[in-house]
Amino acid sequence: MAEYLFRAVDIRKYFAGVKALDGVTLEIKPGEIHCLAGENGCGKSTLIKIISGVYQRDSGTIEFEGKELQKITPLSAIENGIQVIYQDFSIFPNLSVMENLAINSQLVAKKKLVNWKDMRKIAEEAVARIGFQVDLDARLGDLSVAEKQMVAICRALMFNAKLIIMDEPTTALTKKEVKALFKVILQLKAQNISILFVSHKLDEVFEISERFTVFRSGKLIASGNTADLDDKKFTYYMTGREFEQKIFEPKKIDENPVLEVKKLCLEGHYSDIDFSIKGGEILGITGLLDSGRTELALSLFGMRPADSGKILIHGEEAELKSPQDAIEKGIGFVPEDRLSEGLFLSQSIGDNIIISEIDNLTKGKLVDKKKTEEEIERWVKELSIATPDANNAASTLSGGNQQRIVLAKWLACEPKLLILNGPTVGVDIGSKHDIHAILQSLAEKGMAVIIISDDLPEILENCSRIMILRDGKMSGEFSAAEATEKLILDKMM
Amino acid sequence: MAEKIKRSMKQDVHIWRLVVIMLIWFVFIGITKGSKFYSVVNFQTMFAQFPEFGLMSLGVMVCMITGGIDLSTVGVANVTSITMALLMRNLGNESGELAVGFIPVIFLLAIMMGAVAGTLNGILVAKCKIPPILATLGMSELLTGIGIVLTNGSAISDFPKTYAFIVNNRVAGIPVQFLIFAVGAAGVWFLMKKTTYGKKIILMGSSQNVAKYSGLKVDWILIKTYLISGICSALGGMIMLANYNSARADYGSNYTLQCIMIVVLGGVSPNGGKGKISGVLLAIFLVRALETGINRFPQISSYYISLVWGAVLLLVMVMNYFTDNHIKLFKKKAAL
Amino acid sequence: MRVKTNKLLKQNETYIFLIILALSFLIQIRSGQFYTSNNIVDIMSAMIVPGLFAIGEFLVILSGGIDVSFPALASLTAYATTKMFLDMGYEGSVFLPLVVAILIGAVLGAINGFFVGYLNLPAMIVTLGTASVFKGFMQGTLESKQLAVIPTGMKNFGTVALYTATNSQSGLSSRLPIAFLMFVAVIIIAFFILKYTMFGRGIYAIGGNESAAYNAGFRVKWTKFLLYVFAGIVASIAGIIRVCMMQQCHPTNMLGMEMNIIAGVVLGGTAIVGGKGTMTGCILGTLLIVLVENSMILIGVPVVWKNVFVGLLIVIGTIISAYQSEHSGAGKGNHKKKEETA
Repeated sequence: MAEYLFRAVDIRKYFAGVKALDGVTLEIKPGEIHCLAGENGCGKSTLIKIISGVYQRDSGTIEFEGKELQKITPLSAIENGIQVIYQDFSIFPNLSVMENLAINSQLVAKKKLVNWKDMRKIAEEAVARIGFQVDLDARLGDLSVAEKQMVAICRALMFNAKLIIMDEPTTALTKKEVKALFKVILQLKAQNISILFVSHKLDEVFEISERFTVFRSGKLIASGNTADLDDKKFTYYMTGREFEQKIFEPKKIDENPVLEVKKLCLEGHYSDIDFSIKGGEILGITGLLDSGRTELALSLFGMRPADSGKILIHGEEAELKSPQDAIEKGIGFVPEDRLSEGLFLSQSIGDNIIISEIDNLTKGKLVDKKKTEEEIERWVKELSIATPDANNAASTLSGGNQQRIVLAKWLACEPKLLILNGPTVGVDIGSKHDIHAILQSLAEKGMAVIIISDDLPEILENCSRIMILRDGKMSGEFSAAEATEKLILDKMM
Repeated sequence: MAEKIKRSMKQDVHIWRLVVIMLIWFVFIGITKGSKFYSVVNFQTMFAQFPEFGLMSLGVMVCMITGGIDLSTVGVANVTSITMALLMRNLGNESGELAVGFIPVIFLLAIMMGAVAGTLNGILVAKCKIPPILATLGMSELLTGIGIVLTNGSAISDFPKTYAFIVNNRVAGIPVQFLIFAVGAAGVWFLMKKTTYGKKIILMGSSQNVAKYSGLKVDWILIKTYLISGICSALGGMIMLANYNSARADYGSNYTLQCIMIVVLGGVSPNGGKGKISGVLLAIFLVRALETGINRFPQISSYYISLVWGAVLLLVMVMNYFTDNHIKLFKKKAAL
Repeated sequence: MRVKTNKLLKQNETYIFLIILALSFLIQIRSGQFYTSNNIVDIMSAMIVPGLFAIGEFLVILSGGIDVSFPALASLTAYATTKMFLDMGYEGSVFLPLVVAILIGAVLGAINGFFVGYLNLPAMIVTLGTASVFKGFMQGTLESKQLAVIPTGMKNFGTVALYTATNSQSGLSSRLPIAFLMFVAVIIIAFFILKYTMFGRGIYAIGGNESAAYNAGFRVKWTKFLLYVFAGIVASIAGIIRVCMMQQCHPTNMLGMEMNIIAGVVLGGTAIVGGKGTMTGCILGTLLIVLVENSMILIGVPVVWKNVFVGLLIVIGTIISAYQSEHSGAGKGNHKKKEETA
């Protein structure tokens, strides 16, 4: 048996004359868990799409089981035993679990007609392989994210897969679900299936992978055994920079709270939430995915008004029935999903920055062009958004810069309280540090900040107080000094 | 300056393309039918004709920019013109004349009717969450039905002649219809360019969800948009009333599709989030100039016009497809 | 058993069926004429053409597209075919005209399919454009006029009755033309395609998640292309049948039907964004529209009110289905949101 199951050597790919991949190499041994890491835009997605046949490479060779693969199409990749589980799982929400599982095999077999009995048999075998319990007739759209992922994995396993590529599989999973996923991955490894695990989360890379490859700006930076790697080195490979952890310490906390929440309830999501936050503090709220943390955040922003309980802002009772109410009261909100909630991707960076304060940038109700332009210029500079021209579409920027736009949008409204739900999800390490620094300096200037996140290191580094939710109830509260990862985890689960 | 032009060339390819098509057509028609086309009377006729569908197109434009569509324009126009014709019939004296002072009142009432119909559309779309294509389709059917009930399916032409006389008039050689259009277009332009409404609908058109998270009053903006469209349609109906000198529930049934075509031709993205009033104005004029020009060739059946429109629409779409795909590649490059 | 009832209660089709039932009882009570064999036969024959159109539209909407060109397409094919065979002095059966019509329909459908499938342009706008072209071609190039006479073969096809119902009191009789069999055949074929072919599952898959369909190995462009060809064929069959049934060819009287057909399909529970819907729902929804269009007169509603009722039906029907989907989505709000995120 050859040493490598899969080799992609010196792959180059250009888009409209610009290099996306600049001679990268990736080698995977049989039965190994290999981690491909790199910041957003480093070219890892492009390489996956080349391997799976969505894009065609411009030069370089790809070998699989010692054979060179010439032109790859999505179907030929599957036939060879290469399976990709995309971030969106590539599933059909409108079809049944059974059909989602079986449809690929029918396509690979070049079937023209559908035999439902066969389909059921195929589906039953597929779930049996990793012992996954699911109702085969359920509509896929009704399943949870983790279940959908399991369906995607089961589907991938059906074709005698020898290499399974998982593109950031843990993004939408809870800690518990990640554990379950890792167990499945180890099970697959035991069946001598190689896994290419794409991620930029440090802890996951260390936990699961044996070997790693890091890309940066379309180039291969490093490759080797994970055992030889440490936090610092890894971060350096990813970003080309070195960072110093700065633990947040509140400088000056106001006397009166900005926000007080009393006995807040939302049927089916959370109940009896009590807390308060003062200017200058950073409060962390954490909990599992279904702990009610997101709903609580949405209620504080008026998106999903609470059923009962009180919200006091600067000591005055406030009714938050819509985002406009919240904005009026000086609350800003950076939502969880940048792409579908935070940014108008196809619109200009400038418009994205000013949209929430657009009604203030006027002169007697009419648009004040000069004021608008000055405002845009100011925020691009202030948050050092890396763009040659604020008229470019927001989609032209990297995740970190995009998140800065969302931040700028809210800072421009001069909020007293800024709520961030998963402020650094999908943001690369470099930008993550920068965003943390921005948040800390905002608090130092007297703003009240709430960070909602399940990224515990993020919470521990940046928050002066931490509140934990479990099943919609507050299950613990710690000061920064007493909190440890283990303490928080105990209260979460 | 040169930099500015270059930039506008890049940003508004659609508009420049329309300008080029129009110039070519004007040169061609000038060579073949010069004197017949380039006469004051001909232009006066054209400027009296396009306001009816021109106004409706402006309505469809704002709806399409928000990512919706308005299929009820013709229904609104006809119901308005029918009601106003009936009203004027009752107001007029025996010899079929109407005091001139009533005309502005009639227009005001027409605008109010359009506003009501538009608001209904807006409520269906914003509050009842019905896909715009279905909501306005249902409204169009409903309004047409009301029109049929009011007229028993026939045309109403026995209303005071005073109305048509005034609206078909010219002020300093400029048709009154065009003046009405100009006021309407200026109103929409003002809203789009000078108030924050314009930016809001464009951004909302690219993602309603993000708009909600950004604190925009999405429902209200939508209702406002369909209200504007309703008013535009009602005004269009009033011009139709003057041009046909009668009102009927099925007049202008081609206009629904024609307006959408004009708006797309004018560079508005059918998916929302993109569009300029200047492009749509150009497209309105281009469509009329094409039709009038073709009519100058007696040997060509006027039925060919529908073929030409369809072909032009497809052609523009295909051209956009190529430029857009280039832009897409361009974006990818910048992202990586 | 309980599971089954629950499932039935969740389905749009059940409600449409109940509404149709209620409407029929209302008409029966008011006029005593609904459940007569004459009326049933009349409704069945009135269903043929709209039903065929609806099947084509249903498949297209299911894939996430929309087709507003089918009336123009059907008119053009029907006119061109009828005129051609008339000029030839053709005396044979309907078979040949039908084949020619299907061929023309396939070519015209392929034009839609090329723009929508291969160039990936928005279906609504493309079909608007092609509708305009088809109409212009028919009226301009072919100089279409009303044809009062049609070839005998076609005439026979339209008059031969599959079943004749005669009212014993009035002596009036209603015929169910043999074309009804074709309608049934197309229903069966479409049902089979959707349920038992990869092409049909591909339509669902593309309507549900186009990029996933591509990743899974579906030939998305080809499937879409083929779909529009199929829709063109079905529409052209409907066009020819209509000419046969009317015993004359009126080039423009099908135009404008698109809106009611789309309304029927959507009332039957087909999601306008694609991916969700059933044949049963599509047929029931169309039946509801046909009923309202044809039977209101039986309960003493004047003909002029027809559009008002159809309009109200669309508005109220869509409000209810929008409310339903929002309501059923609320409980799974969490999942739904995650879906969007993922």
